[in-house]
Amino acid sequence: MRKYVLRRVVLSIPALAGISLVLFTILALAPGDPFEELATNPNVPPEVAQRLRQQFGLDDPVVVRYARWFTSMVRGDWGFSFVSRVNVDVLILQRLPVTLFVLGSAQILGLLVALPIGIYSATRPYSIFDQLATTFAFIGFSLPTFFTGLLLILLFSIHLDWLPFIFRSDIEATGLAWAVEHLKQAIMPITVLALFQAASLMRFARSAVLDVIRLDYVNTARAKGLSERVTLLKHVVRNALIPVITLVALQLPGIFTGAVITEQIFRIPGIGSLLIASILANDTPVIMAVTFVFSCLVVLFNLVADVLYGWLDPRISYR
Amino acid sequence: MEQHELRRMIDDVKAGVLSRRRFVQTMVALGLTAPMAAQMLASAGIAQAQTMAGPSKRGGGGLLKVLWWQSPTLLNPHFAVGTKDQDGSRVFYEPLASFDPDGNLIATLAAEIPSAQNGGLSKDGKSVTWRLKKNVQWHDGKPFTADDVVFNWEFAADPATAATTIGNYKGIDRIDKVDAHTVKITFKDPNPFWAEAFCGAATGQIIPKHLFDAYRGGKSREAPNNLKPVGTGAYRFVDFKPGDIVRAELNPNYHVPNNPFFDRVEMKGGGDAVSAARAVIQTGEFDFAWNMQVEDEILRRMEQGGKGRVDIAVAGNIEHIQCNQTDPWTDVDGERSSITKPHPFLTDPAVRQALNLLVDRASVQEQIYGRAGRTSANFLNAPSRYFSKNTKWEFNPDKANQVLEAAGWKKGSDGIRAKDGKKLKLVYQTSINAPRQKNQQIVKQAAAKAGIDIEIKSVVASVYFSSDPANPDTYRHFYTDIQMYTTTMGAPDPQTFMRQFLSNEIASKENKWSGRNITRWRNEEYDKLFAASLTELDPVKRAAQFIRMNDLVIQNVVVIPVLWRLVQSAISLKLKNTSISGWDSNLWNLRNWVREA
Repeated sequence: MRKYVLRRVVLSIPALAGISLVLFTILALAPGDPFEELATNPNVPPEVAQRLRQQFGLDDPVVVRYARWFTSMVRGDWGFSFVSRVNVDVLILQRLPVTLFVLGSAQILGLLVALPIGIYSATRPYSIFDQLATTFAFIGFSLPTFFTGLLLILLFSIHLDWLPFIFRSDIEATGLAWAVEHLKQAIMPITVLALFQAASLMRFARSAVLDVIRLDYVNTARAKGLSERVTLLKHVVRNALIPVITLVALQLPGIFTGAVITEQIFRIPGIGSLLIASILANDTPVIMAVTFVFSCLVVLFNLVADVLYGWLDPRISYR
Repeated sequence: MEQHELRRMIDDVKAGVLSRRRFVQTMVALGLTAPMAAQMLASAGIAQAQTMAGPSKRGGGGLLKVLWWQSPTLLNPHFAVGTKDQDGSRVFYEPLASFDPDGNLIATLAAEIPSAQNGGLSKDGKSVTWRLKKNVQWHDGKPFTADDVVFNWEFAADPATAATTIGNYKGIDRIDKVDAHTVKITFKDPNPFWAEAFCGAATGQIIPKHLFDAYRGGKSREAPNNLKPVGTGAYRFVDFKPGDIVRAELNPNYHVPNNPFFDRVEMKGGGDAVSAARAVIQTGEFDFAWNMQVEDEILRRMEQGGKGRVDIAVAGNIEHIQCNQTDPWTDVDGERSSITKPHPFLTDPAVRQALNLLVDRASVQEQIYGRAGRTSANFLNAPSRYFSKNTKWEFNPDKANQVLEAAGWKKGSDGIRAKDGKKLKLVYQTSINAPRQKNQQIVKQAAAKAGIDIEIKSVVASVYFSSDPANPDTYRHFYTDIQMYTTTMGAPDPQTFMRQFLSNEIASKENKWSGRNITRWRNEEYDKLFAASLTELDPVKRAAQFIRMNDLVIQNVVVIPVLWRLVQSAISLKLKNTSISGWDSNLWNLRNWVREA
């Protein structure tokens, strides 16, 4: 097992290097530069932009720039943002807590909604409850987050005036008031993300439980005289949720990218809005760092999912 | 307006027959609203209006929440990339003097505005003496002195610093510290626009010497105070997260009594203009939002029964169509639109005149921009003493047909006019931006009526406005026949603004397309006028020179002004004294802002 993990980790290093090369090349080929605004301002002489390009090494060939980026990255230096001139790791660390809070809560809320409904639907397939749940799941599944986000804003902020739609990272109050304020502004983005997650998870949980519930050992359990509750929770769900857990692990990096749009709509100062802002400003070091973090997450969670699956299901062995 | 008439009025103001306000009003009535009237009067020796409405006592205003849909990314005014950064810095830093909505200079860190009368301005126009306020402290308690002023010039003018403000300090030969609170600035050449350095939030904000002295030139990026400003302003620094939020609190030692009103200021960034407008006008969640580039119809709907309003400030920004004087389709030595190859038919004045008649400015203004713009025949519209009365525009496809017919451009079987085998086919480029694409359609349809075939091209803004010399799609390369964008003016003086028609500023491969003259138009009279204006100290004569320059550009149809764009902000109905100025930072008057109960 340890050998397996080690091998996977070692194998992921060339994969990540390859990813970074592709990312960098695409960014280098993409047009635009971070000093666009200077170029249109008649009060700023063109030499300033030229000098900055030189200072930040933008005039060097792509190969040289990539080599420089890669070597400093290996040494743990992520470079600095061309726009704010702050070190990239500082910027990311500033943004991370909010993203983790919103995404974490959304994921937990999504699971809390999806699992009970999915399991219950599976025990009564094609009942009215199941039909309703399925319908809602498909609605949630097919509505993109930016649309549900705007709908919620329209309803709760503009028509009812209950919730703020601009997320503030610095709330002045302390104690309970702080928590309430924070909850009020976080509730809409969390709900939007959670619903989107819940829709697919619910369908998955339902089908996983349906697969298991018809197996012979479940009938055996019932024949032993175990209550329906014990049969369901101890015998069915335990086995059925193994693939669900791996799905959750695999989906996690995906949520990060999905949060980009939600963060933009609600002005949440998280990693996603940092990515959008830096893409708009052509701020290469930040784009590189954020996308690279995302790709590390994908690689990492793939590994986690595999390991977790084997750990939960002893039938799987590692070679 | 005639020179002598203006002079007579200035004399009247001097003699006290005519009030300053009346003078400005008269000019408005004549279509000459003069944001720069101030400097005009100042040079003639008249004191500045100094009464500003403000709070009656310091503090007690609670939290002021302002919203910028682009967020500040750094808080050093000398590195500000856009208005967002200048505005973010302006919360903490101050210039020697600010420009109010009319372009008047309002003393901020200066004790008074230099004038010929108080001996601040020298007769030869080569030097200006500023007397500084004496009771000013930096937020860390250190005194503000003449050394700080001298330092800012040294810091910004050093090319190694790569300060975005360098353009405003380059013209300074030396700055002498006369005493601890007096500086004498000597320019290399007589400078009629002496307020260019140290004035206005865009470029005039002053940073403390004692914190930045160690970080000159190449090391300037590393200064910790780039992100933690220590200024002289009404609010001092609390917290800054680049790209997200700027927080400030009342400065108890502020140098203006009773200022400011709010206890705390929060400047939130990010998102988009429409939802920012909504947060101020409709829900009242925020007090102020910057730069409302939102369709007027939407804004009007929000304003009905809302909690905020749209504020409009005059500036000199002009959306215009440029006619390429060179051939964009022939490659000369690795460069298209080369100055050595004139355009096959846009060099024919009749074609340009016809184009000028085919731009329906009234429709563009009414249907697209609404309150955000005014129609205009001029390239140079504000400060209004530079507004030419000699030009006019009309939309007249029939006349355009006549002009082309008379010049020998005959319609072919395909309905497109041609002459000597050259067809009137144009490629018209601009950036991707919904109003601009509508605008392109309006022009294209009108042109078709006159037998001109226009092909529309739109380029992503980040490419179009980039300074990348390797990209052929930037507006500077101008590899199409005509193109459209907005040139911003910034300062209430046309000196920098009018540079873009100079022969020696032509964008070319040689200067990596960094030259300001994008149309590649050359005119000896223009060059001479501009050279003369640089050293002309008589404000009336100088205004006449700039008006003539504008007329040359318009009469030759080098550019076709489409819309004179104004600056829109969203302001809560309760917020007063904002006095948003098109010539300075949105927050130039922040110390006076109050909220009514």
